[in-house]
Amino acid sequence: MAYDYEKSIRPGKLPHIWCPGCGHGIVMKGLIRAMDACGLEKKNTAIVSGIGCASRMPGYLDFNTLHTAHGRAAAFATGIKMAKPEMTVICCGGDGDGAAIGGNHFIHACRRNIDMTYVLMNNYIYGMTGGQFSSSTPTGHLASTTPYGNPDPCFDLAKLAIGAGATFVARTTAFHANQIDKLIAEGIKHKGMAIIEVLDDCPTTYGRRNKFRSVVDMMKRLKEIAVPVTAAAKMTPEQLEGKTLTGVLHKEDRPEYCESYAKIIARVQGA
Amino acid sequence: MSAKAEIEIIEAYCKGCSICVEFCPTKVLEMDAFVVKVANADACIACNQCELRCPDFAIKVHKL
Repeated sequence: MAYDYEKSIRPGKLPHIWCPGCGHGIVMKGLIRAMDACGLEKKNTAIVSGIGCASRMPGYLDFNTLHTAHGRAAAFATGIKMAKPEMTVICCGGDGDGAAIGGNHFIHACRRNIDMTYVLMNNYIYGMTGGQFSSSTPTGHLASTTPYGNPDPCFDLAKLAIGAGATFVARTTAFHANQIDKLIAEGIKHKGMAIIEVLDDCPTTYGRRNKFRSVVDMMKRLKEIAVPVTAAAKMTPEQLEGKTLTGVLHKEDRPEYCESYAKIIARVQGA
Repeated sequence: MSAKAEIEIIEAYCKGCSICVEFCPTKVLEMDAFVVKVANADACIACNQCELRCPDFAIKVHKL
């Protein structure tokens, strides 16, 4: 039998609104497989998002879902996790929502190391609002608001998350569909803040402005730039020029926020 | 060579991105007026790559 994705999707919601070839659907499939692999129950799982194309995802998923203010997914998710620490909390959103408009919430959720999983779909652009450049649009690339090329350097979102204090940081691409569910599942099992950056394709507002003739061209680019961390260790800096590392980039153990908070409550109440 | 899987296409979901056609290692699929169709069913090796990479939930690979 083929994989049963429909059991996790709200009835009558397919086909989804994402454009032809948009990788968000591939990521949503990966997320469903990861949640199945972790044995998550619908009633004990909350999926939170902000605003944007990627943030449409909770609308399709048949779990406890919350569609919140732009960039504030991590903040609302922190509230859910603090009120119900036994719940598995998953955030999903794009680069514009998570790391630009919600950059502040994102870094502080990482710093607190609260136990949640953030699936960050990086499609290099603000897709839903018309293709404005985001904090992860590569230098020189075209967007609707940078018609002569983006002068800004872009964020390395995984490095940002590591620097901010996330204790599990991984990266993959929409092309590497097999890897998406494995990394998300590992993130869900990790006790602490897990960031899974998925490099994605936006053929409508990013691809056509940047000389990708088709969705397939964008997928081939994702295939070409991805280098597994294990392989990168044996490569020279020249060989790694223009490449992006994929796989588990960072993992450490540090006290989790809800547990630290519960300890303070117990200590003060006991005193 | 006999097919290792039966590929079901949900045409109402297919948006014609052709990712599945491009990355099928045995060229089982092809585009037909912006909707994917199974053109060479016998060559299917049940690798599941088309189902994994279909963003639109339009392909189901039933292993035989």
